[in-house]
Amino acid sequence: MAAETLAPAEAERAEQIVAGEHEGLVRMAVRRFTRHRLAMLGLVTLVTIIAIAALAPVLLPMDPITPDYENLGMPPSAAHLLGGDLSGRDVLARVIYGTRVSLIAGLGSVVVFVSIGTAVGLIAGSLGGVADQVLMRITDIFLSIPPLLLIIVFISIVGAGLGSVIAVIGLVYWPQTARLVRGQLLGLREAEFVTASRVIGVREREIVVRHMIPNIFGPLTVVATFGVASAILLEAALSFLGLGVKPPTPSLGEMIASARTPSVLQEQPWVWLPAGIVIALIVMSVNFVGDGLRDALDPKASRRG
Amino acid sequence: MADPAPDGATPLLRVRDLVKHFPIKGGLLGWSRVAAVHAVDGVSFDLARGETLGLVGESGCGKSTLGRTLLRLLPATSGSVELEGKDLFAVQGEELRLLRSRLQVVFQDPYASLNPRMTVGEIVGEGPLAQGMTSSSEREALVRELLAKVGLNQTHIHRYPHEFSGGQRQRIGIARALAVRPEMIVLDEPVSALDVSVQSQVLNVLSDLQEELGLTYLFISHNLSVVQHISDRVGVMYLGKLVELAEVGALYAHPRHPYTVALLSAIPEPDPTRRRKRIVLGGDVPSAIDPPAGCRFQSRCWLSERLGNPEKCRTEEPQLRDHGPGQVAACHFSEELTPAAVEAASTGGSFGDRALS
Repeated sequence: MAAETLAPAEAERAEQIVAGEHEGLVRMAVRRFTRHRLAMLGLVTLVTIIAIAALAPVLLPMDPITPDYENLGMPPSAAHLLGGDLSGRDVLARVIYGTRVSLIAGLGSVVVFVSIGTAVGLIAGSLGGVADQVLMRITDIFLSIPPLLLIIVFISIVGAGLGSVIAVIGLVYWPQTARLVRGQLLGLREAEFVTASRVIGVREREIVVRHMIPNIFGPLTVVATFGVASAILLEAALSFLGLGVKPPTPSLGEMIASARTPSVLQEQPWVWLPAGIVIALIVMSVNFVGDGLRDALDPKASRRG
Repeated sequence: MADPAPDGATPLLRVRDLVKHFPIKGGLLGWSRVAAVHAVDGVSFDLARGETLGLVGESGCGKSTLGRTLLRLLPATSGSVELEGKDLFAVQGEELRLLRSRLQVVFQDPYASLNPRMTVGEIVGEGPLAQGMTSSSEREALVRELLAKVGLNQTHIHRYPHEFSGGQRQRIGIARALAVRPEMIVLDEPVSALDVSVQSQVLNVLSDLQEELGLTYLFISHNLSVVQHISDRVGVMYLGKLVELAEVGALYAHPRHPYTVALLSAIPEPDPTRRRKRIVLGGDVPSAIDPPAGCRFQSRCWLSERLGNPEKCRTEEPQLRDHGPGQVAACHFSEELTPAAVEAASTGGSFGDRALS
């Protein structure tokens, strides 16, 4: 039997050579993400947009608020590259500042809803029993209220503004995250590697911290990424409806709202088209990045060889 | 009932009348118990130290549930399990956690049983740390030693499970179980997910470790050839019941239960020139929610059919009876299992006949 156990060593050495160099989880994720072309394109676009939104106000002397009456609804010119809006404000400046607002609203509300959702899901999924039942019924209640109704009531109570937009988007989206986290935990509770740790005598608390929570980061990152896109769209929609940030603060949604006038829609596309293009670019890029992350963050999906 | 102990010595593990029913909840709110799946229904056996008991049976016969109940992963409905006289079901909390080190498990699926986000070192070293058997500083040396013991490259300690093949992962699973110095390991289909060539490597590792460390194995499998290779004794399960238990040689040479006969006839014959007759069981396994009265195998039993479906099979539940040293079987008509009866019930082999003529 000793001779037989030597042979497998030979066989497995061959396998190790095929498997190649040792690779950490982070490096593997990066390698798989960079292989995803659309995700890389999305990432580059997103980084460019964020860089412009963050740096342009510092580098370029632009004012998105003060009207220039020479520029009332004027088409693009050398002085105003994207023309002027109906109040004579520079469209380029407003798009850039509006993008800042959109990104802040998107990221801010994701932080809010991922935090609430993860907390609720973790408590429900790891405690189980009565706590689980109560929290999940509350989640159900939130899910059964039409989001727009919830938003309008909330905004009419606390008033419009960037802060309220972030809060209300967080309020609308947290239940999905809570369900996801709880579902993941319940699945992991039955996973064989969790059972194995239990048999080995690892304490329940350590099982949750070491085996379960690290394994929900992947799905959570993906949900958060897609959440940014949804939140940016919702912010634009709210601003379009006049429920978002307060004028004269620029917002992409509010800029598109000016296209509600038929003459603007038909004859002055520079007033609303840039904002629409930027929203589409951001949302698409974020979704591509989310796709790439989903593929990159699942170590189980690794291809051997 | 006949005592299935192999000899007079105190067994390492003593299982008595173990029952595991899974309640089926029903009613408007799902709170009332409407029925139960009889997964394990009164199983008793002893396991001597250093022995390997194979447990075979088709899917759903309760062999894995039995293993999980022994490991305290599922609460038993009734019955008792003693580890060297210590009642396993009476232990709770911290005492149970520490006791767990004595009884380990290796699972079937080498992909699902390792945490994809932990390195081999963390996976294998987790048990000894949790059991207070090692310190963080000594952990790495211990893990390296264990990896060498199961035939893995020690330098792979910082690798992740996805960087290994199925056979290597199963070795990691074995190393993890060994790390807490168990006396007994439940091997729940440990090689069923592996390629045939890798199966024998892993089986050899298990045999070598048993010899070196005096381990006791409960080897659960549906592969009769594998069980024959590794076991000292074999138990055959059907629909939650142990229908036969015997030394491996006796069981394979002269089975005393018609179900065992049928199972053995299904082992593939590697030699194409030898004709092989098979007993093909008709129908499906009856529902474990409402197992048949009398003998559970009666609805598919070729022997009962041959004997004209005796009343006794349908009304009286057969108990395990002695059939020579260490062999017990639960059939009313074991004595009717003559070679002639088996021959008459067999089908097939005609292709071989033609080929030879």
